[in-house]
Amino acid sequence: MTAPILEVRGLATHFFTRAGIVKAVDGVDLAVARGRVLGLVGESGSGKSVTGFSLIGLVDAPGRIVAGSIRLDGRELVGLPPAALRALRGRRIAMVFQDPMMTLNPVLRVGTQMAMALDAHAHLPRAARRIRCRDALGRVGIPSPDERLAAYPHQLSGGMRQRVAIAMALLNEPDMVIADEPTTALDVSIQGQIVHEMQRLVADTGIALLWITHDLAVVSALADDIAVMYAGRIVERGPARDVLAEPRHPYTRGLLDSVPGEVPPGGRLPQIPGSTPALRELPPGCAFRGRCGRASAACTTMPELPAGERSVRCHHPL
Amino acid sequence: MLGFLINRLLQAAAVMAAMTVIVFVGVHAIGNPIDVLIPPDATQQIRADVIARYGLDRPLVEQYLAFVGNLVRGDFGRSFVFNVPVAELILSRLPATAELTLLAVLGASLLGIPLGIYAGYRPRSPVSRAIMGASILGFSVPTFWIGLILILTFAVELRWLPAGGRGPTAVLLGVPWSFTSGEGLAHLLLPALNLSLFKLALLIRLARAGTREAMLSDYVRFARAQGLSELTVIRGHVLKNIAIPIVTVFGLELGSTLAFAVVTETIFSWPGVGKLIIDSIRDLDRPVMVAYLVLVTFLFVVINLVVDLVYGALDPRLRPGAAG
Repeated sequence: MTAPILEVRGLATHFFTRAGIVKAVDGVDLAVARGRVLGLVGESGSGKSVTGFSLIGLVDAPGRIVAGSIRLDGRELVGLPPAALRALRGRRIAMVFQDPMMTLNPVLRVGTQMAMALDAHAHLPRAARRIRCRDALGRVGIPSPDERLAAYPHQLSGGMRQRVAIAMALLNEPDMVIADEPTTALDVSIQGQIVHEMQRLVADTGIALLWITHDLAVVSALADDIAVMYAGRIVERGPARDVLAEPRHPYTRGLLDSVPGEVPPGGRLPQIPGSTPALRELPPGCAFRGRCGRASAACTTMPELPAGERSVRCHHPL
Repeated sequence: MLGFLINRLLQAAAVMAAMTVIVFVGVHAIGNPIDVLIPPDATQQIRADVIARYGLDRPLVEQYLAFVGNLVRGDFGRSFVFNVPVAELILSRLPATAELTLLAVLGASLLGIPLGIYAGYRPRSPVSRAIMGASILGFSVPTFWIGLILILTFAVELRWLPAGGRGPTAVLLGVPWSFTSGEGLAHLLLPALNLSLFKLALLIRLARAGTREAMLSDYVRFARAQGLSELTVIRGHVLKNIAIPIVTVFGLELGSTLAFAVVTETIFSWPGVGKLIIDSIRDLDRPVMVAYLVLVTFLFVVINLVVDLVYGALDPRLRPGAAG
């Protein structure tokens, strides 16, 4: 593996609410290399989105990064002054959000919004700016990009809007893109197109892609590596093929079993009992032990996630 | 677009026609102007003559039709009290009210919208809390009381500004205005401030609510994720999104202040239309009342039409004929 463009060590993002400290992200290690796709998988509330927002320095109050290091191309991002972070956002590290209906400003033309994204980092003459925006739209597979520049978001379909959002994220040619469930709100057929488009873009441009999702089907089609997140921690990671074929953490196993397909039609789908624990009152030890069939007395201490490409945080791995 | 305009103009005509009926009947119901117009010791002959001259002996329907007929020809009738054409009377008072209102509403907007945006952008800061606290005063303290306090403070105690009246006027484009001279402006300042306080509070609250909502939206987050500066986010993304309720209230306030700045005009002896309409109601000066209220209706119709057109300019989804 080549040197990673993004390297996260021990990242912890906590929310200081009145009811107590919510440890949404609690010691996450990640690494993504250029031209690679890392799938960050987990249920709602596992902290995967907060991890994404932490990486671009956009954690909403009352949350903040309390520990850890985020290195982008060797440069430490944690503790960087806001202005320096702003200069990096969009330019070196960009993000695409879940709901394309909400991420574009409804009252501004696509071209206007793209021009603002360009202006945030470079001052180009009008004509050059227009060409950059048009090419960016063309690159993500938008037909007749010239017309789309003059369109308002409500005149575009959901899939088209998400393509516009992706084009905007790629506009300043970042090294790293974080995609936070970008296909969740779309039709399955459109999902497939977007996933395919992203694969092509990663191959063409060599960007590093962190794909945050709860959808294992999408990840299996796209990711080179997978990190499974549970209750603010990575519980298993490794090459996508290995993790999907031979999951070692009971939670990963449960997630995979919950995907329809293996079960005959009409059969009962296996499910993980219970739900994600409240992050405010996590008991010590493995956060999954309350839902785990293999839990033992040993699980009251937190298992470590060994270093290495393929590892699992479990006292009783499969 | 043309269809939309025609539709709106027809609506406007219907509203104004309905308004003339309501006002005409309503004013007829509240009293007989003859009792005010003629001294109690006048002979029966004089009474009958006056009644016939003003057409007050004919049935109400006939009086109404005659009034509408004149209106269509641009004749609003003559004031019973001043015995001059009503149109002339109202137009002579309108500039005073217009400049007072515009100064108040524009001043409130230019100050209130930025303050509200700031309060919405930093809802927890002490400055924002102070702004919001002050805006509650603007809502709850009655206008007449603030007016009196303003006069007491700035005119009586400090002697910085005149207590009332319009001051000297200068003719610009055939209309006398106060705002063109320093002294006229000094006369304008206190009543305009008095009128603007409520609007200021209203606009601060509207701008704050809109900004708070917009700052939490995904498009603001996405804009930040692209590295836009906070100022660009507010100017480029937030401002246009919060503009619709602000424009609505701006239009309504502009219209209602133009029409009914009565309290402030009375306190500051400002010779505007607000005072005219109150006097005409007291004197049962029917032509003035009817013409004035028809004019006010027209004003509101025009303002609303403009507001609707501005909506379309601000939000493409609201344009006439826009899909979805």
